[in-house]
Amino acid sequence: MKAGSAAVQPVGDTGASSVSPAGSRPPGQGPRRDVDERAAWRQRLTMLDVKVTPYVFVSPFFLLFLVVGMFPLGYTAWVSVHEWGLLSGQGAFSGLDNYRRVLEDRYFWNALRNTISIFLLSSVPQVLIALALAGLLDTQLRARTLWRMSVLLPFVVAPAAVALIFGNLYGDRYGLANEVIQWIGLDPIRWHVDTLASHVAIASMVNWRWTGYNALILLAAMQAVPRDVYESASLDGAGRVRQFVSITVPMIRPTVIFVIITSTIGGLQIFAEPRLFDTQGLGGADRQYQTLTMYLWELGWRVRDLGMASAVAWLLFLIIIVFALLNLLLSRRAAGSTKKITTKGVRR
Amino acid sequence: MNRRPGFFVYGLLTAFVLGSCAPLYWSFLVGSHNREVLTKRVPPLLPGGHFWENAQRAIDAVPFWKALANSLIVSGTVATSVVFFSTLAGFAFAKLSFRGRTPMLVFVVATLAVPTQLGVIPLFIVMAKLGWVGSVWALIVPSLVTAFGVFFMRQYLLDAVPDELVDAARVDGCSLFRTFWTVALPAARPAAGILWLFTFMATWTDFFWPLIVLPASNPTVQIALQQLQSGYYVDYSLVLAGATLSTIPLLVLFVLTGRQMVAGIMQGAVKG
Repeated sequence: MKAGSAAVQPVGDTGASSVSPAGSRPPGQGPRRDVDERAAWRQRLTMLDVKVTPYVFVSPFFLLFLVVGMFPLGYTAWVSVHEWGLLSGQGAFSGLDNYRRVLEDRYFWNALRNTISIFLLSSVPQVLIALALAGLLDTQLRARTLWRMSVLLPFVVAPAAVALIFGNLYGDRYGLANEVIQWIGLDPIRWHVDTLASHVAIASMVNWRWTGYNALILLAAMQAVPRDVYESASLDGAGRVRQFVSITVPMIRPTVIFVIITSTIGGLQIFAEPRLFDTQGLGGADRQYQTLTMYLWELGWRVRDLGMASAVAWLLFLIIIVFALLNLLLSRRAAGSTKKITTKGVRR
Repeated sequence: MNRRPGFFVYGLLTAFVLGSCAPLYWSFLVGSHNREVLTKRVPPLLPGGHFWENAQRAIDAVPFWKALANSLIVSGTVATSVVFFSTLAGFAFAKLSFRGRTPMLVFVVATLAVPTQLGVIPLFIVMAKLGWVGSVWALIVPSLVTAFGVFFMRQYLLDAVPDELVDAARVDGCSLFRTFWTVALPAARPAAGILWLFTFMATWTDFFWPLIVLPASNPTVQIALQQLQSGYYVDYSLVLAGATLSTIPLLVLFVLTGRQMVAGIMQGAVKG
């Protein structure tokens, strides 16, 4: 803050002296008025530059955000209280009728359940595996960069491609997953029919793509943990796993919370993976894996009811906020309790 | 932890990396066999020789080259524009003082939390009014600059550009834009590269918004992929040859810049 204002200070001084440019000049140069005038003009320009240009620099963001961010926020609310067809456009004002219709639709609740189920099945294992993976990477590995790059590989595969590949792996009849399951001697699983099985399959796509990415974020935090803490812990006889659980994890708590919250926001908006899990794109014959975003899409661009779709958009926004806050509270509490265990464990 | 890892650690890591590669290999594997082979109970684990043949069928089944061109144009333009405007605004927020700077910055950060889905419907209505539905303008214009980019560049420039350098440029009579161009922009290069990469990838892999605004005849790569499997019967050798093919550009990018991607993520700067 201070540094920033100091940065333009000298310029400000020159600008202020433009009020009496002749006075600031050493005596003897008085007659050259045209030069003085030009200098004054220049200084006025500089003033203008200093005052106005910063706003010019930030204006592209704010202008664009006004049009594609701020305005849609309000406009979604406006659309959601009207009858509004995709082709017919704005209809009569309908109050909260769209919200009522959404909340009375059993497919809304179905989509909400599916979204939460898929989100839990993806975030929880993902964060745990990412933690373990980061722990493994946080050692003095040979070819360190190569390992780090390898775990990031799935991240460059687009969700659409991931969905197609996993859709095949989890094929009900000829999929590799079922081949392996039958080879073990179990009954094949109907991945595209059973609700829970389909959720597991979709969650595994998300996990496959994001675990390595999150592990790298956690790894960065782990490397900031002071190494002498570990030395004193091993002097106290704490094993490696114990050190990891009791020292590493509590010490990188803020980063863990960050990873949990971003995976929540992403997980609740999941679309491409379930949408491309089968050819119909509606989330299964009985919408077994239709998520909220898919529901929004179906209402808006299949049923062509933008009013109802807007109501879903606002509800989705509220749900995301609730979950983000819930996350924050829960992770704070969980981390708090591990911290107590830590101090006990290390002191002993 | 500071000790040398043993076989156990290497073993677990190897297992994880194999798991990371396996689905991609599987995709190539299925894409390289013809249909008859795939109806056998146990799929062969070595690639067959039909990959290019299947890929060619995938290319013929959808407007592939158009999709590729669209994806390249959209991702390239968006990434470049995001880097330029974000650096511009980030420089102003980091190094210039102006009335309202702090509240404006807080506002930028607050907008990070707004999910894209919320704005999709009005954005679609606006695009329809402008007549941009169906054209790549609908993908490019709304993404020209992002809150994340602005915040990211601001954080980087705060330390990367010494205040003295900005002062010196000003004393020498540089306009603010020249100061930006000759002082801030060169200093921002490492962060700008990372921002460019991640914006490019995010735009390239985006699915939801392109699905809404683009028709089947003018798709991006992701939308073309979706078309491959629409239909009653799914020909997986075709679909997965296409999926493999579509991943190649980003794989090349990954091989060339993977090191920077890892560094970017580990700087804690890039959010998912």
